[in-house]
Amino acid sequence: MLGYYLDLALRSFKRNKVLTTLMVITLALGIGASMTTLTVLRLLSGDPLPQKSGQLFYVQLDPYPKDRPFSRSDKLPWLNTYVDAMNLVHAHRAERQAAIAMTQVKLTPTTAQQHPFFSTGVMATADFFSMFEAPFQYGSGWSTADDNDRAKVVVIADYLNDQLFGGANSVGRSLRINDEDFRIIGVLRHWAPQPRFYSLYLGGPNYGKGEAVFLPLQSARAAGMDPINMMSFAADTQALEYAPTIWLGVWVQLPDAVAVAEYKNFLAAYANQQLALGRFQRTRFGLSGLMAWLDSQQVVPDNVRMQTGLAFSFLLICMVNTVGLLLAKCLRRSGEIGVRRALGASRQAIFAQFMAEAGLIGLVGGALGLLFASFGLWCIRQQPAEYASLAHLDMQMFLSTFAVALAASLIAGILPAWRACAVTPAPQLKSA
Amino acid sequence: MDIRPILASLPKHRIPALLIVLEIALACAVLCNAVFMVAQCVIDGRAPNAIDEQGLSVIHMGGVDSRRAADTVSRDLAALRSLPGLKNAAAINQPPLGPDARYNGFTNKPTAEPQVNSSVYLIGKGAEQTLGLRLLEGRYFTDQEYAQGELLPNHQSASHVVLINQSDAKRWWPGQSALGQQIYADGSAWTVIGVVADVIAQDPNFAGVSGRYSGVFFPQRPSADTNHYILRSEPADRDRVLQQAMQTLGKLEPGAVLEGKTFTDLRADYFAGSRNLAWMLVLVCVVMLAVTALGIVGLTSFWVGQRRKQIGIRRAVGASYGQILAYFQTENFLLSTAGVLLGLVLAFGINIYLMRHYEVNRMPWYYLGGGAAALWLLGQLAVLGPALRAASVPPVEATRTV
Repeated sequence: MLGYYLDLALRSFKRNKVLTTLMVITLALGIGASMTTLTVLRLLSGDPLPQKSGQLFYVQLDPYPKDRPFSRSDKLPWLNTYVDAMNLVHAHRAERQAAIAMTQVKLTPTTAQQHPFFSTGVMATADFFSMFEAPFQYGSGWSTADDNDRAKVVVIADYLNDQLFGGANSVGRSLRINDEDFRIIGVLRHWAPQPRFYSLYLGGPNYGKGEAVFLPLQSARAAGMDPINMMSFAADTQALEYAPTIWLGVWVQLPDAVAVAEYKNFLAAYANQQLALGRFQRTRFGLSGLMAWLDSQQVVPDNVRMQTGLAFSFLLICMVNTVGLLLAKCLRRSGEIGVRRALGASRQAIFAQFMAEAGLIGLVGGALGLLFASFGLWCIRQQPAEYASLAHLDMQMFLSTFAVALAASLIAGILPAWRACAVTPAPQLKSA
Repeated sequence: MDIRPILASLPKHRIPALLIVLEIALACAVLCNAVFMVAQCVIDGRAPNAIDEQGLSVIHMGGVDSRRAADTVSRDLAALRSLPGLKNAAAINQPPLGPDARYNGFTNKPTAEPQVNSSVYLIGKGAEQTLGLRLLEGRYFTDQEYAQGELLPNHQSASHVVLINQSDAKRWWPGQSALGQQIYADGSAWTVIGVVADVIAQDPNFAGVSGRYSGVFFPQRPSADTNHYILRSEPADRDRVLQQAMQTLGKLEPGAVLEGKTFTDLRADYFAGSRNLAWMLVLVCVVMLAVTALGIVGLTSFWVGQRRKQIGIRRAVGASYGQILAYFQTENFLLSTAGVLLGLVLAFGINIYLMRHYEVNRMPWYYLGGGAAALWLLGQLAVLGPALRAASVPPVEATRTV
């Protein structure tokens, strides 16, 4: 039966070429716009570490004085002080834990032809790589002993290794960072979680190709590197390690609900202990799962969310338009419907025929919409945004384009099909 | 024109009529908000800034040894000042619209809570003339004040004098002169010695509406904190001066990372995101209006086709060409009016939603008026074709049986 309906649909398209083309283009424009923005939105709000994110938690404490709170709306401070971060790392109460900050580094290539350049570096404690499952191409990360000895070692990203050493195994060679030499102990494989969850509020980019160098926190600080972001809650004149300043993100790995509950107890006890010591004035704390943390901080740029809303309003307008055109088209064919009914076609059969026609428009519109979406994504790749280079259509979005197009056209087809099957055969036959 | 017959006939084709109303309503709601947002982007991108933007270039120098920064900066500036075509050169911590903003909260009373993110400008000797500040009251810094300017370990300036933006002066001391008044932050106090026309913030998007034109200038002697050079020349010489300055600095500081831009480019880059958003909105609006217009054409043509016989009868009993044309135009006007009214309610609702969830202001009424007028006009134009075809139905049509 479907074959017959499709044949009828094709005949009707041929009869009304202009109207059909108009419907297909309208639908395709709506689909193209919404799939473009949806792809970007999905890319920006995706899970950065799908296999691990359920076990990763972000820790927040509140060292701020009561009379000078971090935020007027009572948010917890985004980052931690060095003292708290190190206390938590050294307590070893989670399976893995790391304190992280970002820094701007000047990298000086060994060859004289290349100029020095700036890049973003991660300063972290030893568990960083194992906790976030960063894959190594050569060598490995550093140990807790390296942390404590302030060893001048560095792990570099794959693209930096390609740029400076032509992709060869550079473990053991030295890299000049901020005019000091660091020994390379590891080279990562391509690794750049999107969004870069661990960089939130630390000052690094939230999207893009990833940091170039990874340094032990204490070694980097000993070499005079400063974090990009820091917020003080009292006039401070001391070194960052003792200052009333928040500048570190703390992540912990907790395998199951029991571990989470135990860690919460530990944090509550820690906050109370700090209150007793006079360091804290409030005992509240936060322990958020990775995805919950990203959602609550609205890491997706406002512009992108607004564009998605706009694109879907546009799709809605296109759908209303398609409903109108389909309706006009099928009411014009009342005569044909009357004949089919008189020859024994049931209402369901008429309904199915018009839905098949709408679905066909949806599929063609989807194919054209895919073209528009590819063009839209190409336009986004030309923009200066930090996520621009990532905007590509993957298999899942490719398939969902057709799903959305088919759904949109079928929804748009319901009203015209219903009107069509409500046509009474007798008057149509008489007038014909 | 009597509208009663039109109203009487509308219920006969309820669904197509409702679809036109709905389409116009949605288009109107999206159009009003999109045009409003485009206007905001344009206004943002043209935000006034009382410095000589056309003649200014900025060079960021990073990665120099901070212990020797004072000597480096003095030596570089001396070399830059000898460039032909250069009028002034100076060091500054960060230009307006610069990437790494430095903020502080200042107040006009020692104990008050700061409410505004004010941009902190640490300027080196001669920066007033190099930026092309417009002094409204008071004086600029003296050589001695420059020599004393440095940052204390608590990140506050050791200087005792500041220049402030006009907006801050008005906010803190409305109706009085700001000269000689004190401003405070973190236990330090400074005396206002001059007021300049508003210079835009270092990162206006972050500073928010209140901090957009809040800026405080401190004198600063050459140091690691003043790591941007600003160069002023005639706009015609600007690109050449910048290029020569980059070469000069490249030779003087082989280990440094240099990044030079004209201020015009700096502004364009800062507002690139909002400019792209504006263009996308314009594109979507144009396509959306086209789609809406085509939808109206399609539906109206359909019901003109349906009513050929009635039109023929009207023509046969004496209706003129113009009357038939007016009939369809009026019908569309009535539908558009219903759509526009619904659309304005929707537009207002969307605006309230955006205000609550995004940094969007309240939409002034004239955007609603403009959007409504645009859709009325669009409806009238879209219906013109089908209406002309309807008007040209010959009276003889009435005698045919179909």
